[in-house]
Amino acid sequence: MAPLAPRSGDAVFANIERVNAELFTLTYGAIVRQLLTDLEEVEEVNKQLDQMGYNIGIRLIDEFLAKSNVSRCVDFKETAEVIAKVGFKMFLGVTASVTNWDADGTTCSLVLEDNPLVDFVELPDTCQGLYYCNILSGVVRGALEMVSMKTEVTWVRDMLRGDDTYELRVKLLKQVPEEYPYKDDE
Amino acid sequence: MVSTYCNRFYSSKPELAARRIEAIGYQVGHQLSERYTMERPRFSDHLEAIKFICKDFWSELFKKQIDNLKTNHRGTFVLQDNRFRWLTRMSVEPTSGNTDASQADSSTSAADNKALPATSMHLYFPCGIIRGALTNLGIPCAVSADMSNLPACSFVIRIKA
Repeated sequence: MAPLAPRSGDAVFANIERVNAELFTLTYGAIVRQLLTDLEEVEEVNKQLDQMGYNIGIRLIDEFLAKSNVSRCVDFKETAEVIAKVGFKMFLGVTASVTNWDADGTTCSLVLEDNPLVDFVELPDTCQGLYYCNILSGVVRGALEMVSMKTEVTWVRDMLRGDDTYELRVKLLKQVPEEYPYKDDE
Repeated sequence: MVSTYCNRFYSSKPELAARRIEAIGYQVGHQLSERYTMERPRFSDHLEAIKFICKDFWSELFKKQIDNLKTNHRGTFVLQDNRFRWLTRMSVEPTSGNTDASQADSSTSAADNKALPATSMHLYFPCGIIRGALTNLGIPCAVSADMSNLPACSFVIRIKA
């Protein structure tokens, strides 16, 4: 592990501008509700939330790199740690823990004990298939894609569905080698 | 940020998107006002309620109060925020004219002025919040926003009789 990279996002979190938590939570809730009314299909809402998250992620990574001073991660393990400890802290105010690595180190779980998105939330029976926090998986996917990692992010545990924590499964599909968009003259 | 994503979603139908964003704001305002008025006495009149919005409500949301409140004493209030937080990061096009942007009132169609369409989209949300909060306080109204000189913007509240 590179010693230079900050191990937690506390310092950054303390310094950046923050938004009122209730406003944030309720706004997200209202968006989800609006999507549910407009799209009617729970599956479609999941997809839209993921897409919105992705769009946020591909821009959020810039903000993250600019403010967090992390250096290049040597492997995917370090990447996961940085997301869990620095990324989540910076933007959500909570930290996640990284567990359940598979043998070849390409799949892991981010476990969130606490999740500000779901304050005040209860899922009614009609939306049992909804992944309420699907936006987060989209954010992670989008952000990682911008640093050349194709990933697949899925929810495996969700407190709103009766599990004890939130578990986000991140699977590294492939590392895209960096390509320069321009052709050099050699 | 929030509303831009809605925009992408409804990019072909800006009016529809605007209504959606306003509705989201309305819900948020409704719920927030519920929380922030929990421990205070009932407002005796409209002015009291509006003052609450300007002071307590606004500072909860944006860490500052409304800078200027004007009224004609006949149900129209103008709330001016000289440095509206959500607009401080917007780029300002020098050509921006006087655009009466977001019309929250359902009877008036959204303004078609294309000068600052993106920015005006961002104002539907706070408009909705104000309308939601006031409606929850028993004051049905229409809220529109004006952003002729960014990042200052003003919200015009017209109380329905």
